[in-house]
Amino acid sequence: MQTEVVKGNEEAVPGNGLDRENYINAKHGIWSWLLTTDHKRIAILYLVSITLMFFMGGAFAAGVRLELMTPKGDLVDSDAYNKLFTMHGIVMVFFFLIPSIPAVLGNFLLPIMIGAKDLAFPKINLLSWYFYIVGVAVFLVACLFGGVETGWTFYTPYSTAFSHTNVILAALGIFIAGFSSILTGLNFIVTIHKMRAPGLTWFRLPLFVWAHYATSLIQILGTPVVAVTILMVAVERLLKLGLFDPALGGDPILFQHLFWFYSHPAVYIMILPGMGVMSELITAFTRKRVFGYEFIAISSLAIAVVGFLVWGHHMFVSGQSTYAGMVFSALSFLVAIPSAVKVFNWSATLYKGSVSWESPMMYAIGFIGLFTIGGLTGLFLAAMGLDIHMHDTYFVVAHFHYIMVGGAIFAYLGGIHFWWPKITGRLYPEYWARVAAVLVFAGFNLTFFPQFVVGYLGMPRRYHAYPEEFQVLNVLSTAGASLLGIAYLIPMVYLTWSLFAGKKAPANPWGAKGLEWTIQSPPTTFNFDHQPVVTEEAYAYAEGHDTSHDAAPPAAPVRA
Amino acid sequence: MTDHAAAADHAEAHEHAHPHIVPVRTYILVFLALMVGTAITVGASYVDFGHSYLNNLVALLIAFTKATLVVLFFMHVKYSSKVTQLAVGSGFAFLVILFFFTFADYLTRGWLGTPGS
Repeated sequence: MQTEVVKGNEEAVPGNGLDRENYINAKHGIWSWLLTTDHKRIAILYLVSITLMFFMGGAFAAGVRLELMTPKGDLVDSDAYNKLFTMHGIVMVFFFLIPSIPAVLGNFLLPIMIGAKDLAFPKINLLSWYFYIVGVAVFLVACLFGGVETGWTFYTPYSTAFSHTNVILAALGIFIAGFSSILTGLNFIVTIHKMRAPGLTWFRLPLFVWAHYATSLIQILGTPVVAVTILMVAVERLLKLGLFDPALGGDPILFQHLFWFYSHPAVYIMILPGMGVMSELITAFTRKRVFGYEFIAISSLAIAVVGFLVWGHHMFVSGQSTYAGMVFSALSFLVAIPSAVKVFNWSATLYKGSVSWESPMMYAIGFIGLFTIGGLTGLFLAAMGLDIHMHDTYFVVAHFHYIMVGGAIFAYLGGIHFWWPKITGRLYPEYWARVAAVLVFAGFNLTFFPQFVVGYLGMPRRYHAYPEEFQVLNVLSTAGASLLGIAYLIPMVYLTWSLFAGKKAPANPWGAKGLEWTIQSPPTTFNFDHQPVVTEEAYAYAEGHDTSHDAAPPAAPVRA
Repeated sequence: MTDHAAAADHAEAHEHAHPHIVPVRTYILVFLALMVGTAITVGASYVDFGHSYLNNLVALLIAFTKATLVVLFFMHVKYSSKVTQLAVGSGFAFLVILFFFTFADYLTRGWLGTPGS
C-alpha cells in the first residue's frame, strides 16, 4: 500500500504544504534559525547538531574497533586508546543519546500531538539548545587540548587524583549540556499539564507523550545530582578537599553513588522516549488500537520511578556493602516488570493486526527483539553472583549497546523515518530505507553479539590489547562495526537527497492516527489553523479498515 | 480538558491575580528559627552521641527542618498551588531516596568482614 503513496502525484498532493506557507519558508536567513522560538525549527537545530555529534562519536568508536582487530596494541598506544573509548562514551551518551529523541522528535511533535501551537516556554526551549551548543563547544575545546581518558564515568580516585588530562574542561562541557536537558524536561512537563487541546484527557494522550512525560521527570529530578557530582570532581581536583579521598576522610565510592543516582536513570532518559516512538510505530503499521493502553502509559512512569532505586547494581564489586547490594539487586529485577509489560503489549498489538513492513516498522520490530536481548542480559548482570564474573567485561559492553543502539538508536531511526514526511514535506525512497534498515540490523548484531561471547569468556573492557584466543570474535565485531558504519551513512545520503528531490508528502502518508497527521506536511508555524478538539481515544483505528488512502483520519475533528 | 482541570486552572489563575501576602512578622520568626537551628547545629557538633552516624543524623535532621522552613515560607510553597507542592515534594522525596540508599550502604558496609583481613 505504501508504494502507491510513494509514487504519488508530484503536482498536486493534498495536504502538502511545501508550496504554501510552512514553518520552513515562513522566514529566511541564518538569524531566523538561530533566534527562532518555533519548537519545530529548534528541533531541526538539534537534529543537525546531534547528527554531527553522532558521527564524531562514531569516529571514536571506529578507532576503538580498528585497534581491537589485532590482539597486540599496535594501532594506538594505551593512553590514546583510553581517550578513544572515553570520548566515544561521553559524546554518545551526553551529546547524542540523551538529547536524541526528546530534543528532536519530542520538540517537533509533542506540541502538535497535544494540539498546541508551541511549547509552554518557547524562549527557554531556544535557551536549552544554546546550553547544549556551549556544552559541546567546551567539550570540543577539551578534545583539542588532548581529550580526556577517565572513561565516561569519571570514576574517582583516578579522575580526581591521578589523571593528567582535561577532566575539568570535559566535565564542564557535560555540566553545561545538563542544563539543556533539565530545561527540555521542564518545558515538556508544563506543556503537557497546561496546553492539552480541549477533549485531550490524560488517557487520550498518545503514548509518545506519556513516555516523554516520564522522561522529563527523570531529567528534572536526576540531572541536578550529576551536575553537583561533576562539580565535586572539579573542586576536588582543584582544591584537594578530600570529598573522595579516604586519607582526608572522604570516600571514592561516594562518587559512584552520586554518579549512578543520575546515570542509571539516564539510561531510561535514553530508552523511554524510544519506547514512546515504538508505541506510535507499532499501532500505525498494524492499523490497530494498542493493546493495554493504560498499562503502557503507567509502565513508563513505573520505569521512571523504579529506575531511581537500582543504581547500586553498578557497584556490586566496588566495595559497596553486600547488604546494600542485595537490595539493589532485588530492586533491579523489578524494572523488568514494566519493561516486559511494554514488550508484551506491543507483541499483543501485532496479533491479528494488519501488519505492513514499511521501513519504520522494520526498525520497530528490530527494537522489540534487540531490546529484549539487552533487557534480559541486564538481569544476568543484576544477579550479584553472576556479576562478579561478568563485571567490567565485554558482556557488559554488549548488554548496554543492545539497549542503547538496538533500543534507543533503532527507535530514533524508526521515528526519524516515520515523521520525516511530516518534518520535511518530502518522502524518502522506501527501497533504500529498507536496505539500510536490514544492514543496520545485520551490522549491529555482528558487532555486538560476539561481544557477549568474548565477555563471558573473560575479555575485560577498556584494554587495547588482549589474548590471541579472543581474536576471531573481535575481528567479527570489527567487521560488523564497518557494516554498521556504512549502514548509518546510507540514510544520511537518501534523506539529504529527499530534501531536494524526494516526492511531495501528503498530510498523512501512512494513514496513521494522531493530531500531527491532520495538519499539512510540513506544518505551518503555529501548527493548527483552528484549535483542534479531540473527541476520541488515541489510536482509534477502525479495525479492518485500511486508512492509508484517506487524506485524513475519518474521525479527525478539525482539518487544518 | 475535563471540567475538573479547567476548574483547577481557573483557581491557579485566580491565585496569580491575588498573590498571598505574608506578614513581615512571619519572615522574622522564620529567620529567628533558622538562627536557633544554626546554634543547635554548632552546639550538637560538640556533643558525642556515641556513634559518628548518630552525630550525622542529628545534624541532618536539624538541616532538614531548616530547609523545610525555607521552602515553606521563604519560597512560598506553603501558599502555592497543589501542583507546585507536588513538584517540590517529589524533589524532596527523590533526595531522600539518594540519602537513604547511600547511607544504607555506609551503615551496613562493615557488617561482613573483608575476606583475607
